[in-house]
Amino acid sequence: MTSTTHGATTFTLTSDTEITMTREFAAPAALVFEASTRPEHVRRWWGPRDHEMITCDIDLRPGGSWRWVLRDREGNEVGFHGVYQEINPPSRIVHTECFDPVPDDESLVTVTFEERDSRTLMTSASRYSSKEVRDIVIQSGMEAGAAESLDRLAEIVVELGQTVAG
Amino acid sequence: MIATDQLSLTFAALADPTRRAILARLSRGEATVTELAEPFAMSLPAVSKHLKVLERAGLISRGREAQWRPCRIEVEPLEEVDDWMAGYRRLWEERFDRLDDYLRELQQKEDGAPDR
Repeated sequence: MTSTTHGATTFTLTSDTEITMTREFAAPAALVFEASTRPEHVRRWWGPRDHEMITCDIDLRPGGSWRWVLRDREGNEVGFHGVYQEINPPSRIVHTECFDPVPDDESLVTVTFEERDSRTLMTSASRYSSKEVRDIVIQSGMEAGAAESLDRLAEIVVELGQTVAG
Repeated sequence: MIATDQLSLTFAALADPTRRAILARLSRGEATVTELAEPFAMSLPAVSKHLKVLERAGLISRGREAQWRPCRIEVEPLEEVDDWMAGYRRLWEERFDRLDDYLRELQQKEDGAPDR
C-alpha cells in the first residue's frame, strides 16, 4: 500500500547554530498544520517506527506548553518540551524546544507552511543557543539512525547549491 | 578531538553564503579566482579572503602554478560533515515520510466524507 514515492527533505546548516529543514507534502497547508499540532495526529508520525510515543501534550496557544516523550525498544525514554510563542494557522508556528538531556538549554523553532497548488512546503528552522548544543542534538539523532546506511556526499553538495540558488 | 576541531573548522567555513556559493561553483569543476569573483559584486582581495578560509578548513586546494592557481573542491571535510549529519537526517527523513503517508491517509478519508 505504501509504494508512494516520498519527496526529498533538504537539510541546510544555515549557520553555526542553526539547522533548517524543508520538505514538500502533497496536502493543503491547513491539513499539514493540523497534522503537526493535534496530539491524535502527531502520535501517528512523529516518533521513529520502533519507538512508542508515550506522551504527547499540546496546549496550542501563545504561552501554552508542549511535552512529547518517546520510548525505544529497550525502554529508554527521551523527552522534549517547550512553550508556544506564536500560533498562526495554517502558516506559522514558533515555539521553544528543550531536549531533556540538555535541560538548561532552549532552542527556538520556527515552522512555516507555504501552500502552492494544494501542495505544502514545510520549513522548520531550529536555532540553538550554541554550536555545542546543536551538535549534541544532531548526535542524539545519529544514535537513532546509526544502523542505517549513510547518505552520500553528492547530496550535501547539491544542498549547498540549493542554499545558494535559494 | 582532532576530528571535532576539523568539523568546527568546516562549519565555520560553511557558515557564510558567499563561501557556500564558491563551493557550489567548484563542485562543478576547477576555477580561477577571477572566475570565482565574477558572479559576486566583490573585489578580488575579498574573494581571496574567503578562499583562504576555505583553504584553511581543507575545503579547497589551489594549484601551484604561480599565475593562476586554479581552485578545486576537496571532498573529505564535506564527507565528514555528511557522516556527522546522516543519522539526524535519517531520523527526520523517516519522520517526514510517516507524515507524508499519514497526510495521504487523512485525505483519502476526507474525500469519502460527505462534507467535501
